Amino acid sequence: MRFSGWRVLREGLTGNRGWQGHWRDPDPKPQYDAVIIGGGGHGLATAYYLAKDHGMTNIAVLERGYIGGGNVGRNTTIVRANYYLPGNSEFYSHSLKLWEGLEQDLNYNAMMSQRGILNVFHNDAQRDSAVRRANAIINQGDDAEILSRDQLRDMVPLLNYANNRFPIQGALLQRRAGTARHDAVAWGFARGADQRGVDILQNCEVTGIRTEGGKVIGVETSRGLIRAGKVAMAAAGRSSQVAAMAGLTLPIESHVLQAFVSEGLKPIIDHVLTFAEGHLYISQSDKGGLVFGSYLDLYASYAARGNLPMVEHTMEACMAMLPAIGKARLLRSWGGIMDMTPDGSPIIDRTSIEGLYLNAGWCYGGFKATPASGQCYAHLIATDRPHEAAAGFRLNRFETGRGLMDEEATGAQHNLH
Amino acid sequence: MRITCPLCGERDRREFYYRGAALAAPAEGDSPEVWHAHVHLRDNPAGPVEEWWYHQQGCGSWIRVRRDTASHEMLAAQLATSGEEG
Repeated sequence: MRFSGWRVLREGLTGNRGWQGHWRDPDPKPQYDAVIIGGGGHGLATAYYLAKDHGMTNIAVLERGYIGGGNVGRNTTIVRANYYLPGNSEFYSHSLKLWEGLEQDLNYNAMMSQRGILNVFHNDAQRDSAVRRANAIINQGDDAEILSRDQLRDMVPLLNYANNRFPIQGALLQRRAGTARHDAVAWGFARGADQRGVDILQNCEVTGIRTEGGKVIGVETSRGLIRAGKVAMAAAGRSSQVAAMAGLTLPIESHVLQAFVSEGLKPIIDHVLTFAEGHLYISQSDKGGLVFGSYLDLYASYAARGNLPMVEHTMEACMAMLPAIGKARLLRSWGGIMDMTPDGSPIIDRTSIEGLYLNAGWCYGGFKATPASGQCYAHLIATDRPHEAAAGFRLNRFETGRGLMDEEATGAQHNLH
Repeated sequence: MRITCPLCGERDRREFYYRGAALAAPAEGDSPEVWHAHVHLRDNPAGPVEEWWYHQQGCGSWIRVRRDTASHEMLAAQLATSGEEG
């Protein structure tokens, strides 16, 4: 089934009785060429690109819950390519280009909205850093502009320009950045993979990874043993536990990041806004809710909820930067569990076990990476060579010290990311 | 979340600095592999874990806390012995 304007019209005139499920619900086969552990955005995208780019269709995605029930539905939906360090910058640049063609590619409405991201800065050091970052973004072929305070004020009059503690000096603008509907991204990739023959196995929890002579031969699951010559981990938040099934210890500590959504309001925020002071990011969803978050809770956690100090901090940042939203009621808040690496950057690499691959450590930035993570991981799985856009995401960079990508410049230590 | 400092009693989490998993520091002459494992690799369990917390805005003690990462329950807390918090 393909979506089109004609199809919508026809269904509208015939009682909407022709719509079908977006993917099959097959039983596991005893053997696949490859299985992907984790049916989140990255796992589904990996399956999609394995089938599309490499013709590998005898594959399965194993999801212990349901599609869209994990971190792919728990983020703040922001898509951008305003990274700075080599290794990361070309990867996110590649990802944004994939986002721009994703809906046509998938024939699926992911509500991709290039509404622009504004990184507001408040002092000379932050301005200099933003200018440097803007130059780096332009040099990698993406778009960046520096707005003065007056230009920003014309564009976003809602901000608190009278805040003396965190005065607003201007902003770094990337117009091509924006948001996408996260559930639709998962559904679109699931449908696209399924249409190419990939089995999406929900309620299928991996309980063990079988190896023989240093080579992977399959996985044990709640739905029986599934053999596969290649096993690809994509279980962000639980990467440590999945890797431990194969006897691997990762440079990862899991942390909780909270997010919030307000009641639905009339359109008041047209862009994605971020603030360097207080670290706040906020945008308005298509339903009208303000979607926002700030820091990690900054200690190891698997509780998919946070704690009140970070709630308070986030609300204080909202009141400092956008006092006009102070009367909006908070609808809900939630916490997502993330793999935090010591340098805050991801890992896409082979492991010491033949046929076992790792995609992990997306820290606080996994959603915007979804299409490129899938495409680069698929390339690695199919060819055993890293994709050029993700060549820096090596597992051994912590051991060698070469190629660390510490975007926050806080140091390669767990409690700092 | 509240943490019980052995000297000050139960206090708000905001008084404490989180250092991470409580691991014994390798000796100075240990191999780079041992140091790599100590600095970067983590068991990262979903359940009870031993951690270092520093009572930064209290008495300045380093504390070994046993905490459940799945429920945030504080199971035990004791003062670190001299030099242990490495």
